[in-house]
Amino acid sequence: MNNAENPKSAPAEHLDSVTATELVVGTSLWRDAWRRLFKNKLAVLGIIVVAVVVLASVIGPTVIQRATGYAYDVIPKDTRLNKSFAPFRSPEGGFSWTHPMGTDNAGRDILARVLSGGQISLMVALIATLVSLVIGVSYGAIAGYVGGRIDDVMMRVVDVLYSLPYVIIVIVLLALLPARTPTGQLAELFFALGAVSWLTMARIVRGQVMSLKHQDFILAARATGVSTPKIIFRHLVPNALGPVIVYATLTIPSVMLSEAFLSFLGLGVRPPRVSWGSLAADGAQTLAIFPWQLIFPGVTMALMLLSLNFLGDGLRDALDPQMKKQ
Amino acid sequence: MLRFIIRRVVIIIPMLFIIVSITWGLIRLAPGNFYLGERKLAPAVEKNLREKYGMDKPWYVQYWKVFRNFGHGDLGTSLKYEGQSVNQIIWRAFPVSATLGLCAYLLALAVGITTGTLAALRQNSWVDYACTALAMVGISIPNFVLGPLLVLVFALTLFWLPPALWDGFPSKSIVLPAITLSAIYIAYIARLTRSGMLEVMRSDYIRTARAKGLSERAVVMRHGLRGGLLPVVSFSGPALAFLITGTVVVERVFALPGLGNYFINACFNRDEPLIIGIVAFIAIAVLVLNLLVDISYGFLDPRIRYE
Repeated sequence: MNNAENPKSAPAEHLDSVTATELVVGTSLWRDAWRRLFKNKLAVLGIIVVAVVVLASVIGPTVIQRATGYAYDVIPKDTRLNKSFAPFRSPEGGFSWTHPMGTDNAGRDILARVLSGGQISLMVALIATLVSLVIGVSYGAIAGYVGGRIDDVMMRVVDVLYSLPYVIIVIVLLALLPARTPTGQLAELFFALGAVSWLTMARIVRGQVMSLKHQDFILAARATGVSTPKIIFRHLVPNALGPVIVYATLTIPSVMLSEAFLSFLGLGVRPPRVSWGSLAADGAQTLAIFPWQLIFPGVTMALMLLSLNFLGDGLRDALDPQMKKQ
Repeated sequence: MLRFIIRRVVIIIPMLFIIVSITWGLIRLAPGNFYLGERKLAPAVEKNLREKYGMDKPWYVQYWKVFRNFGHGDLGTSLKYEGQSVNQIIWRAFPVSATLGLCAYLLALAVGITTGTLAALRQNSWVDYACTALAMVGISIPNFVLGPLLVLVFALTLFWLPPALWDGFPSKSIVLPAITLSAIYIAYIARLTRSGMLEVMRSDYIRTARAKGLSERAVVMRHGLRGGLLPVVSFSGPALAFLITGTVVVERVFALPGLGNYFINACFNRDEPLIIGIVAFIAIAVLVLNLLVDISYGFLDPRIRYE
């Protein structure tokens, strides 16, 4: 202790050089990961597709409204237009750029609907993943760090929740307690999806924290009197970030799929709002006559899920080479 | 082992209690009633209805009634399908879902294990890349998109198979639903088999098998697969979860009279006894099957020990 307060010049230099090298190692881990990620062609493709779809969903609806006057809920006033036209088909039967994905039964532009649906689907997926991240990381980190009896009880709770058929309960919840407003319904979705997808995250973080907590830097933090919450969230969680990021990236497509599944059943996003799942549900009704109503939202969604999965797998290989599949 | 099984069986009862209570609570919390439709009922009629279904009694009496009926193995009478008991409906609908699920799972095992093994044996060849890509696509196409697309191609364009019909197991009508339901399993099983086989084929006992002069076929079939398929067995637990969500969607898409379809309709109709009955039934099925999966690990992999 005395030594640390009055450091002689030589040990101080030594200490500085140690922290310096450690910093270099610390940054190069992330830089290495980036390099590995960008070497992976499928992951890069995934990043590009995700970026394009996100960008299109964010600005696309506005652009379409400026260009053609159509938005996801705009029904043309002219009654002759209130029917489903094929892609690139004008009402007169010729070629037209107005509806690259065609229109639905009421004459609404499907491209505008798919992009607006993308906004909702992406938002639900992101926020629900964030909810699961917050719950899962705190729960897992606390269980892993505190250990002992509390850890036993907390993990037993996770085991029990794991074996619950939660889909069934979510369906009952959303069917019987629909929110009064579409926005409230979205909030209910965030809550329902986030609350059921944190279990694996908690297990992963707990495992990481348990292997980290006996290392010297935690001992040092405890010796210098850092409080327990600070040790958990300032020292342990940042060091467990790699697997957390990987799992969060893989949670996004799975939550997106769950949202689409619920919306397909008519339990998720309600009209007038649209999501990819509810668009697919509408499209499936008129499949035999107007197949484009299902194909465009369905394919957009499948493309997005595929890209997110590629990105997630790429991140896993990049951040944790030991986890890489042969 | 026996203690492990007993402990797991005992925990099923409180879990079932929790699930049924949550469901019952949600139904109670929900505003309105099953008989409140578009039409306004006369007060006298409403009073009679409430008396008939025991809704005039305090909540704890109604709550207790649910569990008392459970104890007798009687799940009550459906409110929507008049004159039919919940037990009858479940026993009629469950075989449909079970047949569909089993067919899909067996199909997925056959296709998934074959492609996964081929991919692992020809690592980094075009076979491997094709199988990996196929698995990725299988995970990414939602079954409610895949199902209608298959209908569009095989039923509405080529007229090979019926679009929506239920004829039971050996029939044309089960082909499309089973393929739709199995897509995601095929993808997962192929991935798991591939990585499991890659690891196993490098191990010493495979080298021993080769060294003692076994044919490559015998090495793979008799020694490789036994170890390589363990991850596939551990997948059976999560597979159950996929099965439930999957059958609900597939039964909806193909209009099959299965448990999932009845369940969704019951939720929309607020058919209280039917909701609680199906939830309890599915919960028991899931809990028991999970237990069986856990027990089977112990037999398949002698390295796993239960305290």
